[in-house]
Amino acid sequence: MGLRTPLFDTHVAAGARTVDFGGWDMPVNYGSQIEEHHAVRRAAGMFDVSHMCVVDLRGDRVREFLRRLLANDVAKLTQPGKALYSCMLRDHGGVIDDLIVYYMDDHWYRMVVNAGTRDKDLEWLREVAAGYGVAVEPRTDLAMIAVQGPDARQKAASVIDPAIAQRALEIEPFFGIDAGSLFIARTGYTGEDGFEIMLHADQAVAMWQKLREAGVAPCGLGARDTLRLEAGMNLYGNDMDETTSPLESGLGWTVAWEPQDRDFIGRGALAAQKASGDTRKLVGLLVEGRAVLRSHQKVMVPAVGEGEITSGTFSPTLQRSIGFARVPAKTGDRCEVEIRGRLVAARVVRPPFVRNGKVAIAL
Amino acid sequence: MSNVPADLRFLKSHEWARLEADGTITVGISDHAQQALGDLVFVEAPEPGRHVNAGEAAAVVESVKAASDVFSPVSGEVVASNADLGGQPELINQDPYGAGWIMRVRPDDKAQFASMLDAKAYAAALAAETH
Repeated sequence: MGLRTPLFDTHVAAGARTVDFGGWDMPVNYGSQIEEHHAVRRAAGMFDVSHMCVVDLRGDRVREFLRRLLANDVAKLTQPGKALYSCMLRDHGGVIDDLIVYYMDDHWYRMVVNAGTRDKDLEWLREVAAGYGVAVEPRTDLAMIAVQGPDARQKAASVIDPAIAQRALEIEPFFGIDAGSLFIARTGYTGEDGFEIMLHADQAVAMWQKLREAGVAPCGLGARDTLRLEAGMNLYGNDMDETTSPLESGLGWTVAWEPQDRDFIGRGALAAQKASGDTRKLVGLLVEGRAVLRSHQKVMVPAVGEGEITSGTFSPTLQRSIGFARVPAKTGDRCEVEIRGRLVAARVVRPPFVRNGKVAIAL
Repeated sequence: MSNVPADLRFLKSHEWARLEADGTITVGISDHAQQALGDLVFVEAPEPGRHVNAGEAAAVVESVKAASDVFSPVSGEVVASNADLGGQPELINQDPYGAGWIMRVRPDDKAQFASMLDAKAYAAALAAETH
């Protein structure tokens, strides 16, 4: 038996099929993954993401600490509540984890890291934080519910304390607010508008039920995966890990090279990789025919070399298979993927595949 | 819990088979199999006229999550495959023992059908698998 979130019994009572995810027993679907996917694209769905690890970082030198720790630069965060997506790297440039960090005030940042990497993340955070006198506090007392979709914010606002609801609706994209009993952020992992709501674990079931009554569809990790892939978002462990750098993982845009004197961990390795030029890259793929991309399938790029699918699925929105592949840097706009003993043609496309309910690539 | 109809025979690999009045055998995947696979998105059924061997991968069902071979429980000639699955693979999720049938085979040897698991034995195999 794995770890369970405060919502586990609620999921089982709702008929969820559960799977192990990073040591946690999590709902994969409540019946139909495709219907859950469409609920998020067309109206509103919710995910229990309480397995993710919220970490509060506090100290006088917390900003300096994060500017050393992260490949992206928290100096970009000048307004309280603003969030930043970043990779956290080893010295050799490999990705320890990808995360979101919120600037709360000059002495407090809040970070959300992945469930499967929690232990090594905390170990690394503490190791680096020691040099800056920064306190690392995992918030195991918090649960988290992601409410996503075009109707998500309105529906969520309808069930929370009216004193907070108006403030919640005024949150700008990629900002979060600390509203006492709730931390509400306009962030997500689906390519749709919505909130991620952190709250005390003992309030999670009541919040979930109220959202359910407001017509928000419970969605499992299955739909979460197809939604994030359509949205062109990486999954740690599939699309990048400690053996790959952000530059090879489609995450070059998250590396802040300026100012040049900011010595973040991994900078030297990334700079060397960039200078060598001949690296690999992560691209989006769209399959031409009736076959489904899956992780680890071999990719053939004629006259260039070979690569590998890192994530693949059937896209419920496009009704075609999509995926990410790590391929040689010189890969052009076509390749072939070995799927169950056959070579299937695929087109290289620039993610996202779908954004805000609309197809974002040429089909 | 998944549905295991008493009048069908099964393989441990989760195919079901029904002996029809004309001596042919209809084949599909069990309710347990469709639940485990999740939403089906593609089905590759064999062409009528093809000869398949017992234990041979005769069809492929692919869900959002995974692709899976469908093994023929008997040797024989494929006399029909379910054309509706081309446009509506979800029929397998909705009605695995009815509208979601995959192929019909005229068996070379009727004894192969009799050697399949009955519903009770399949239910016991499922119980053993999930514990």
